[in-house]
Amino acid sequence: MRRVVVTGLGLVTPLADGVEKSWERILDAQSGAGPITHFDPEGFGTTYACEVPYGDGTDGTFDAAKYMAPKDQRKVDTFILFAMAAAQQAVEDAGWTPESDEDLERTGVLTGSGIGGLNSIAETAVMMKEKGPRRVSPFFVPGALINLISGQIAIKYGFKGPNHAVVTACSTGAHAIGDATQLIKAGRADVMIAGGAEATICEIGIAGFNACKALSTKRADDPKGASRPYDEDRDGFVMGEGAGMVVLEDYDHAVARGAKIYAEVLGYGLTGDAYHITAPSEDGEGGERSMRMALKDAGLEPADIDYINAHGTSTMADTIELGAVERMMGDAASKVTMSSTKSATGHLLGAAGAIEAIFSILAIRDQVAPPTINLDNPAVETAIDLAPNAKVEREINVALSNSFGFGGTNASVLFGKVS
Amino acid sequence: MSDVADRVRKIVVEHLGVEEDKVVEGASFIDDLGADSLDTVELVMAFEEEFGIEIPDDAAETIQTFGDATKFISEAA
Repeated sequence: MRRVVVTGLGLVTPLADGVEKSWERILDAQSGAGPITHFDPEGFGTTYACEVPYGDGTDGTFDAAKYMAPKDQRKVDTFILFAMAAAQQAVEDAGWTPESDEDLERTGVLTGSGIGGLNSIAETAVMMKEKGPRRVSPFFVPGALINLISGQIAIKYGFKGPNHAVVTACSTGAHAIGDATQLIKAGRADVMIAGGAEATICEIGIAGFNACKALSTKRADDPKGASRPYDEDRDGFVMGEGAGMVVLEDYDHAVARGAKIYAEVLGYGLTGDAYHITAPSEDGEGGERSMRMALKDAGLEPADIDYINAHGTSTMADTIELGAVERMMGDAASKVTMSSTKSATGHLLGAAGAIEAIFSILAIRDQVAPPTINLDNPAVETAIDLAPNAKVEREINVALSNSFGFGGTNASVLFGKVS
Repeated sequence: MSDVADRVRKIVVEHLGVEEDKVVEGASFIDDLGADSLDTVELVMAFEEEFGIEIPDDAAETIQTFGDATKFISEAA
């Protein structure tokens, strides 16, 4: 069986543009939340979010021109722009810029987004209503389609291997990484770019999730304290935006070219709840089976897990996941550290699984578990260390990243240290 | 005429991301200025918007160069 390793990372998050800056701020317990600036949120139930910090590129700000010429930016929705930025970082980090037909044909792309070009669709619909159908741009459709992340990355770098996309709401990023790993294991490709992107901090995005009663609404005076997984006073998730991309590679291929190896993808689990359109099953059995499937895939036991990057969205569902993890861990619960980095980044929906996979990989690299910030009054007692408000330096050989999405779709990806 | 040319040139520069001095009379949008077929559709839409005119599809197909565009618009506007 082929082994699959991670050789490149790319991140655009509400904390910063770039992997190291985002990670440094996560470990420093910073929050990426603030008042919404992308539109005037007056009259909306939620007026704050975790926006990507735009700027001139200094101090971790996001300078779009570094990644896409202004004339090309106009042709894509923002989720694709974020994806292209993260992909560029990951490809450069991996040092994988092949030129031969054979190498290009053995390199594929598998990415996704939860909702894709939601803002473009909404704005175009309004514009068409006002000005008529002849004003709809020819770039509207290819700029809003979710699989155009994979298409754009392939066009930019010439990658001609499998070109695929995932759409599984908040599990998208994790499924993309898991599925891409399977393609390499099955011999369909040697290298895969995988991840997710999202940009739904827009009027219809906030209004839509407000209508589902999913978003935090009570912290307009303290946005940085709004995302508080496991805390008694949590009142919904805080919307985030950005992208995470990894370069996955056949182990022998990576070794042969002398690539830097961050971690190995040890296992992958995916299940369905068959329960409700937005709520997880009450006992979290779908998530538990997903985690167990990933362990079985890796040939590991629950006690082998050192760190879990939880789905933990700062909603009522946090304790359901926690219960599932407690059942799975059994007597080993007191030895695992589990945190929700959504406390700092907000919930990036289709990008969440990808950025959190990267935080799990960095936890292995640096032997440190990132904190769950704003965890002042835990809602439940647990033997599991939730890393409240401060990072935990500890041995981390195996890390698990969980993602659960609307529709009852669960994904768990298990990463391990490569010695 | 020169007013029309300036306004058309501005649109072409903005949409195709080319240098202003490349946008000359005989410059072909596709062959010389790097446009693809979708870009030309969008250019025509931008001309319609800027000049408040309607360019039918069969006429749009004849607009291949900067000169074609300024000539058509000058006559239509």
